[in-house]
Amino acid sequence: MNNTHIKIATKDLNLFYGDNHAVKNINIRIEEKNVTALIGPSGCGKSTFLKTLNRMNDLIPYVRITGDVYFEDLDVYKDYDIVELRKRIGMVFQKPNPFPMSIYDNVAYGPRIHGIKAKETLDEIVKNSLEKAALWEEVKDRLKQNALGLSGGQQQRLCIARVLAVEPEVILMDEPTSALDPLATLKIEDLVHELRNNYTIIIVTHNMQQAARISDQTAFFLHGEIVEYGATEKIFRVPEDKRTEDYITGRFG
Amino acid sequence: MNRVCNPISADLEYGTQQKRFRLRNLKEHIAEGLLLLCAFLAVLSLLIIATYIFYSGVPIFGKVGFKEIVFGMTWKPLEDMFGIFPMIAASLLATIGAVAFGATVGLMTAVFLAELAPLWLSKVIRPAIELLAGIPSVVYGFFGLIVIVPLIDKYFGGGGNSLLAAIIILGVMILPTIVSISETSLRSVPIEYKEGSLALGASQLQTIFKVSIPAARSGIAAGIILGMGRAIGETMAVILVIGNTPQLPGSLLDRARTLTSNIAIEMSYAQGLHQEALFATGVVLFVFIMILNIVLTTIFRKAGEEK
Ligand SMILES: Nc1ncnc2c1ncn2[C@@H]1O[C@H](COP(=O)(O)OP(=O)(O)O)[C@@H](O)[C@H]1O
Ligand SMILES: [Mg+2]
Repeated sequence: MNNTHIKIATKDLNLFYGDNHAVKNINIRIEEKNVTALIGPSGCGKSTFLKTLNRMNDLIPYVRITGDVYFEDLDVYKDYDIVELRKRIGMVFQKPNPFPMSIYDNVAYGPRIHGIKAKETLDEIVKNSLEKAALWEEVKDRLKQNALGLSGGQQQRLCIARVLAVEPEVILMDEPTSALDPLATLKIEDLVHELRNNYTIIIVTHNMQQAARISDQTAFFLHGEIVEYGATEKIFRVPEDKRTEDYITGRFG
Repeated sequence: MNRVCNPISADLEYGTQQKRFRLRNLKEHIAEGLLLLCAFLAVLSLLIIATYIFYSGVPIFGKVGFKEIVFGMTWKPLEDMFGIFPMIAASLLATIGAVAFGATVGLMTAVFLAELAPLWLSKVIRPAIELLAGIPSVVYGFFGLIVIVPLIDKYFGGGGNSLLAAIIILGVMILPTIVSISETSLRSVPIEYKEGSLALGASQLQTIFKVSIPAARSGIAAGIILGMGRAIGETMAVILVIGNTPQLPGSLLDRARTLTSNIAIEMSYAQGLHQEALFATGVVLFVFIMILNIVLTTIFRKAGEEK
């Protein structure tokens, strides 16, 4: 673990929603080109923590953050322009949220925002991104159709394609399959497996099997803290903390 | 009902209950009838108005000629010349101008209120705009006459009574409609869309213009068309500022006369063919507004289907 490159690290990270101390003293080092799963009962701060990494919490006025988040050794809250940061750290949400526009325009949205205008370049990016998201074959004949006409699973893969189109290095996924049926879930899991070769992926899930199947590292959150963090195999086979064991064996949460 | 009870009293009870039922039924029937009557009153009014306008306004098309009226350039009722094309043009130009002005300012205001304004500021702006909707149109006209007309005269010359003055006044009058409908539809754009856009690195303004406004477009369009309906039908405010000369305006600074002001100005003394020509003006106006309404409902229906 010493030779691997650390992509994201936090130091004594705390987040408060007003008086609600939602994220407590998080120190975590996330490896490049790995899948890191965040598990834990709902309300324990997984989403909140995830959003500190691409500064989506900035939208909420009553949020206070202390401590540091480092992305490639630079401080996320001090050294980055927010546009640059979010370009490099993409996010996929719990509920598929394609824009109410065509499939093509959805994928081209990011590149266009970032200044790419040439039609051929955009065509190329759209095709590539959809291919990487394992969606191209299903939609190549109807790129001009409204994205809201796709199934839930397709919409979520479209959202992944939309993120891939801006060529991020890190992809944050917040329970990306919780709104999907088992088959669509499986497709997303396969996709995550595929993407881990080129991207650093941090995925929140409350599905234990999913964490075990697709992740390299797992962090167990409880009441805003990380109780245990380590190789997924170890966490699931021989957890050190009693609370981790209880959670994994389904004794609570 | 499995109640055990005295059969006689049960019978009595049954009888009074029946009576009560019948009474209640009668009341309900009367109430329903009244409601129906009210609903019918609206339809009836529409029918009567439409019939009356068409009955009084259509014959002249046969006597003078459709082309002579609708495309005629000269309005000289005393010489039996009833060309209303200049007024059709003025109505359209005033409406289009007002909508161009009102929709731009209105949409930007709505964006500001829905997405950017701090709470205290929107608490000042929103009631101000709502008050704007309650001002009687004659007051708008008066304001236009005292403030806008002299300003136009001062900076552009030509007296100030002009198409431009009407456009400005109408644009302000339709602001409340456009602002409130656009703001409502912007607010109903799901937060998930905005998050998706911001998470891709888009700025707040990019998100507003590339995601929120397109997502709210059918509501915004509805607001604009409603505003258009108000602008084309407005009479009093227009009469006071537009100059009312029945000739084709060559520029924004020219005097002009709209369809509505034509009717309002001359109806009190018109007789015979002249009066019929005013009704014909009404027919044309009626047709315009009908077309507008059909477009409006189509858009509303489309907006409904999208959801
Ligand atoms: N926007 C918000 N405003 C205030 N409190 C919030 C907000 N989002 C989450 N919280 C609170 O923060 C805590 C952690 O929530 P969250 O990060 O969503 O947990 P998880 O994703 O693990 O279910 C909860 O107590 C929740 O009520
Ligand atoms: Mg969550």
